Amino acid sequence: MSKHYETVIGLEVHVELATKTKIFCGCSTAFGGAPNSHTCPVCTGMPGSLPVLNKQVLEYAIAVGLATNCEITRDARFDRKNYFYPDNPQNYQISQLYLPICRNGRVEIETENGKKFVGIHEIHMEEDAGKLIHDEWEDCSLVDFNRSGVPLIEIVSEPDMRSAEEVIAYLETLRMLIQYLGASDCKLQEGSMRADVNLSVREAGTEKFGTRTEMKNLNSFRAIMHAIENETERQIDLLEEGKEVVQETRRWDDNKGYSYAMRSKEDARDYRYFPDPDLMPVHVTDAMLNGIRARQPEFRTEKIERYKREYDIPEYDIGIITETKHMADLFEETTALCGQPKKVSNWLMGETLRLLKEKNEDPEDIRFSPRHLAALISLVDSRAITGPVAKDVFEKMFEEDIDPEAYVEEQGLKTVNDEGTLRAAVEKVLAENPQSVADYKGGKQKAIGFLVGQTMKAMQGKADPGLVNRMLKELLG
Amino acid sequence: MRSILNCTAVELSEKIKAGEYTAVEAMEAVFERIGEKEQEYHCYITLDRESALNRAKEVQRKIEAKELTGPLAGVPVAVKDNLCTKGVLTSCASKILENFVPAYSATAVEHLEKAGAVMVGKANMDEFAMGSTTETSYYGVTRNPVNPAHVPGGSSGGSAAAVALQECFMALGSDTGGSIRQPASYCGVVGLKPTYGMVSRYGLVSYASSLDQIGPITKNVADAAYLLEAIASYDKKDSTSMPDADRDFTGALVEDVTGMRIGIPRDYFGAGLEKEVETAVLAAAEVLKDAGAVVEEFDLGMAEYAIPAYYTIATAEASSNLERFDGIKYGYRTKGCVGLHNMYKKTRSEGFGEEVKRRIMLGSFVLSSGYYDAYYLKALRTKALIRKAFDEAFSKFDLILGPVAPSTAPKLGESLADPLKMYLGDIYTISVNLAGLPGISVPCGKDGNGLPIGLQLIGDCFAEKKLIRAAYTFEKQTVAKRL
Repeated sequence: MSKHYETVIGLEVHVELATKTKIFCGCSTAFGGAPNSHTCPVCTGMPGSLPVLNKQVLEYAIAVGLATNCEITRDARFDRKNYFYPDNPQNYQISQLYLPICRNGRVEIETENGKKFVGIHEIHMEEDAGKLIHDEWEDCSLVDFNRSGVPLIEIVSEPDMRSAEEVIAYLETLRMLIQYLGASDCKLQEGSMRADVNLSVREAGTEKFGTRTEMKNLNSFRAIMHAIENETERQIDLLEEGKEVVQETRRWDDNKGYSYAMRSKEDARDYRYFPDPDLMPVHVTDAMLNGIRARQPEFRTEKIERYKREYDIPEYDIGIITETKHMADLFEETTALCGQPKKVSNWLMGETLRLLKEKNEDPEDIRFSPRHLAALISLVDSRAITGPVAKDVFEKMFEEDIDPEAYVEEQGLKTVNDEGTLRAAVEKVLAENPQSVADYKGGKQKAIGFLVGQTMKAMQGKADPGLVNRMLKELLG
Repeated sequence: MRSILNCTAVELSEKIKAGEYTAVEAMEAVFERIGEKEQEYHCYITLDRESALNRAKEVQRKIEAKELTGPLAGVPVAVKDNLCTKGVLTSCASKILENFVPAYSATAVEHLEKAGAVMVGKANMDEFAMGSTTETSYYGVTRNPVNPAHVPGGSSGGSAAAVALQECFMALGSDTGGSIRQPASYCGVVGLKPTYGMVSRYGLVSYASSLDQIGPITKNVADAAYLLEAIASYDKKDSTSMPDADRDFTGALVEDVTGMRIGIPRDYFGAGLEKEVETAVLAAAEVLKDAGAVVEEFDLGMAEYAIPAYYTIATAEASSNLERFDGIKYGYRTKGCVGLHNMYKKTRSEGFGEEVKRRIMLGSFVLSSGYYDAYYLKALRTKALIRKAFDEAFSKFDLILGPVAPSTAPKLGESLADPLKMYLGDIYTISVNLAGLPGISVPCGKDGNGLPIGLQLIGDCFAEKKLIRAAYTFEKQTVAKRL
């Protein structure tokens, strides 16, 4: 490569909002359900039906706008985007073009190269489409409108990112803000967060942007990284060969690791946007805006500062725990119940992260409740169970949120403190391991460790190791 | 049987509640009349005598049990075919909805049912309410009740003709650019287009969402007030319906216009207006003046821009509203073609009539990229200016008085040959829709051929009561003179 190139990236991020009902009707947004079971005349585009805005959608959109330092449009409007496709029951999508709800925001991101701001061009509200199912066996296509009318916001960034790392940092920042707001769970794999990447390259130092392409079908951070690298290379190769980049929409195939052109600018559709006459302009009152502002949660930066003041736990732990609101809530609620931040943090940083990694799950997937974690900690504190038993109980709790007290009781996992039973076990171990006994008596202090281990094993972990140690020393004279 | 048909809706209900007639007898009389007239005039798309009689029986039982005591209980009503009726074909007079049976009723229809009115059938109309003659119906034309060689007007031509022919006692229509007032005028009955937002549009198959409004077509002004009172409501299912409007219309049935200021726009009496219509309308103004109103001429302004603004906005909205008719989910689907987009094209080419396709194309054009600002946005600005002109007028007048249409009902076939001329016939009605105002059409005479002429009164937004009061007074005065 003879020249230096710079990659310029802007993102269009769709986020499915966590409202209970759809954006323009009262149907449930619950995922799953038999096809077309969450539908009504409105979300199936029946003649004569009319949309009515779900206020919660507006509040979430404004909350995300405030969290990303946007200006809130006080008189916003919905527009119709007209195009024919069977998953779109009205053949127009209700969206926002002319007066989107939020504009001119920015978020701060951090990568290895330091901190920078990424501008937010706008955030608009819109409805999701239904889902087409192609039955090749029966040679027909079916449509499920359960998803039709599920509320989305589209967050359009400025072309401020220069690398895949910045893109990932931006997405993680957005995801964290939105999760903290409770506005969405933002899961890329499940489609509740979707990112389209607009990318162009230009010679380093030039002002003018190159011709961009838009990449779709990116379902994971890994796919996004990979697609950005691949597309950057593809565009540079074209330029190096003296060819031109064509403005087009491309689809990423993650299995094959390349993208292919879907449609070019020439056959771009004319969506004939115009204000939706069925919906009144959305007026955001001072009272509404102040109310949403007052209800904004504590975001990560503030939370980190407070944790440093309130809890005596390492900064590293604070960083990890505050990465997701779910983990932070779990930490705070458990600590409030048991009053032992360090122990709570240990469970989260140790076993929890280990199991999440092992099971390939996200912190949002954690199922155990603060009440149960606090109970487990108190079981260990009171020496009712041993450390090894606690780990087993925790694993069970991690899987299905069992009540540790009841579970310990049912399974008979309580530590045995009955001297008679313990003495019998210790004597049996001593009798079965004469060599270790001899070693210990001959001055090998380490041998006692083996004997403790053997006793614990014989007791299925349910003995108090301190007590076992003391008893062994006593019997060995 | 003849005398029962001569009753107004309110009179009929009183007689049913008094035990003089039953709701079933009323419905039987209507169907007897339909048996005589429908073949020639064709007011209805869907009629089902048996279920209508069953509904009448049920209503009669409720009336006898005193469960239904309202002023319209037991009255047979015709419903325009663009209003959704649960379990009953709702075709919008289009082939593309030839098999569409809604799973729900329009809010206005539900209100009618609650009031105890009994549906006779679904009235004929111009396809998707696009037309001024009821000739664009896929199911055949409706004829003018006074002279079957003429059109009944449109688009609510079936509703207006059915009322005039006594094939029902009252009817619901919809008005986007004059579709209630103009056929009422052509058929010699009363038609009221309420203020935008007065009646819920939920369940009305949209033509132009920002202009559509459901309203009554009746034998006299009192019936119109009662029927409007029954159907008007704030409806959470319609974002454009008005939460806190005065909906006590029957309280305005007072014969008194003393001191009422009525303006006559000179702009409405220029070229194109037939002499006989002009004479009748100005005579009507004299009647109100004699009754105590202060009548004055003035210049409204903006009148010549109403038609282009209307046909830009209405067709733009229609082009989008009618996209859902695609052969996928309901309605007509073409047979034997390969590929999704071919199916769309063929279904819509075969399913829509000429006038509908013309308006879809016009509307798609004015919304296209590059033309949006020049046409659609300019039309919206014109609409705002028209509204401003009316605001100024209503700072001086309580009501505006003029003709409904430039002429009486044309002959069948005359209008569709020249659509532009047909569009120009809407000149006095469409600015009322653009400004969202209420307007009423009241019979005020006949031309030399005996065809009815209508007087139009226009009120400020949510000033239906003034409208009803003046129309009621005018009607009383003219009936008194005729006697």
